[in-house]
Amino acid sequence: MKPIIEAKSLIKRFGAVTAANDVNVDIMSGTISGLIGTNGAGKTTFINMITGYLGPDSGSILLDGQEIVGLSPRQITRRGVARSFQIPQLFNSLTAIENLMFAYSATDSVGIKGFSILSDDELATHADERLEVFGLGAFRNSIAGTMPEGIRKLLDIAIAMVGKPKVLFLDEPTSGVASEEKFSVMDRIIDATRVAGVSVLFVEHDMEIVGRYSDRVLAFFEGRVLIDGPPETVLSDRQVRELIIGEEHCVRREDNHA
Amino acid sequence: MMNKTKTFVPVAVGAALFLIVAAWSLPTWNFVISIGLAKGLAVLGLVLMMRAGLVSFGQGLYYAIGGYSVGLMVNLWRINEAVLLLIAPVVIAAATAAVAGLLLSRYRDIFFAMLTLALSMLLYGLLVKSVELGGTDGFNIRGVTLFGLPLSGTARFNGLVILVLICFTAVITVWYFGKTALGRLLPGIKDNEIRVEYLGASASKTIYLSYILAAILAAVGGSMSGILVAHVDPEMAFWATSGEFVVIAVLAGTGNIFTPFIAALALEFVRTFAYQHAPNTWQLVLGVIILSMILFLPTGLGGIRFGKRNTTTVEAGEKA
Repeated sequence: MKPIIEAKSLIKRFGAVTAANDVNVDIMSGTISGLIGTNGAGKTTFINMITGYLGPDSGSILLDGQEIVGLSPRQITRRGVARSFQIPQLFNSLTAIENLMFAYSATDSVGIKGFSILSDDELATHADERLEVFGLGAFRNSIAGTMPEGIRKLLDIAIAMVGKPKVLFLDEPTSGVASEEKFSVMDRIIDATRVAGVSVLFVEHDMEIVGRYSDRVLAFFEGRVLIDGPPETVLSDRQVRELIIGEEHCVRREDNHA
Repeated sequence: MMNKTKTFVPVAVGAALFLIVAAWSLPTWNFVISIGLAKGLAVLGLVLMMRAGLVSFGQGLYYAIGGYSVGLMVNLWRINEAVLLLIAPVVIAAATAAVAGLLLSRYRDIFFAMLTLALSMLLYGLLVKSVELGGTDGFNIRGVTLFGLPLSGTARFNGLVILVLICFTAVITVWYFGKTALGRLLPGIKDNEIRVEYLGASASKTIYLSYILAAILAAVGGSMSGILVAHVDPEMAFWATSGEFVVIAVLAGTGNIFTPFIAALALEFVRTFAYQHAPNTWQLVLGVIILSMILFLPTGLGGIRFGKRNTTTVEAGEKA
């Protein structure tokens, strides 16, 4: 298996806070990685650096062997890196189907192709297929700004996957989702990414979800990778249990980090 | 939505024919219709920008560029051929917008509006100070012809027909642009620029291209106004002219491509009637119209829908 993303010696400081302190992470092609850590451990900063929202102070990020540090989010997206957001970034005045139609037209807007006419029907067909994959058919004509949070999360991820990315970063896909719906939401997401053959890295606070869906878990602590390995090893690690999960691990955590 | 595509072109053709017949049967109103359509072209460009949530307060810049470049070619170089007179303003306006757009496409909201306003007032200042160009009085443009056919003065109807054809072309072009991948980005830029960038699309590039298109439309409007009114003055670049475009654009709304012309024509007619029957109260009439539009039709004429928008509401707690 070859790595799709290779992050090497990433360092990022915000004033006195070090959000990334020599982070080295490889993401293997076709795998699903879980990323855990306390608030402020540098999880979102890590995703922001890979997707080009923030530049690292030093270090390098290779996508398929090519350097992407210094590229804009737009250029990185075009090379096959997509992301969803902790707070879903949707077009709030449009309906679900219109959001996806927009996403399909936007991925066609590069270069000379941007001047070709796109038919509404064709866009709607693609968008409907995608809605079906994510089980959002019932919300086809609801305005995105008025939808429940779980549905907004799913729509956000559906939009992120429109451009056929190679690797997908999900920032807390189940935060704000009712606890009884978390597993069904994750099932939908993971099924869709498996079908599309996308490598996934997701940030998550619910250890049950991390254990169930990841092939491999990364634990961040104070800007460093504390431990990196299969879920059973990482989740039972003494340091991880002390510093990240906390002693009450057996009690299912009701996490509501926004 | 497909039927919308099929009905669009016939509606545009019908509207153009209706305007020509109306102008032919109402010769005394040709002047008012000409001004309305010329302004409608500038407003069409403005409405295009407003789809992306950007309001240019300086479309008068290109309106004046259009009018003055026609005027200068006629008076300095004795060029009377309308084809040449229309190509030059398009090139000059597009070049100006291509330079100004490099700066403007990086700004949003009020900063964009203020910068466009500043640029148009720069031109206004230049024109007012230029004695050779008639200063505040401007100058007249006479004798423009199209392949020998007179367009202005007593033959204004001919020019008006050309203007209607230009408006028709403009509507088709903007409609086409709205269906391309780039044009479809505009409402998304208004809603959520972060997501647009994370879809791999460029908001700034789209705004840049729309700004150039809007500038060309305003310049063609200004040129035709210069030819048909037979006069240009610095007022074309003054902020009040740009402000009037914004007012018409607000009346028109962004939902429909024909409403900029309907709103511009309506405003010209109301103004003419108000001047005739209640002089000195024109501003009052305008104020009442704008107030009632904001109260009863906040999305403008384009917001009038003959069919209900196909949306459903979600109950709280509903599951996928």
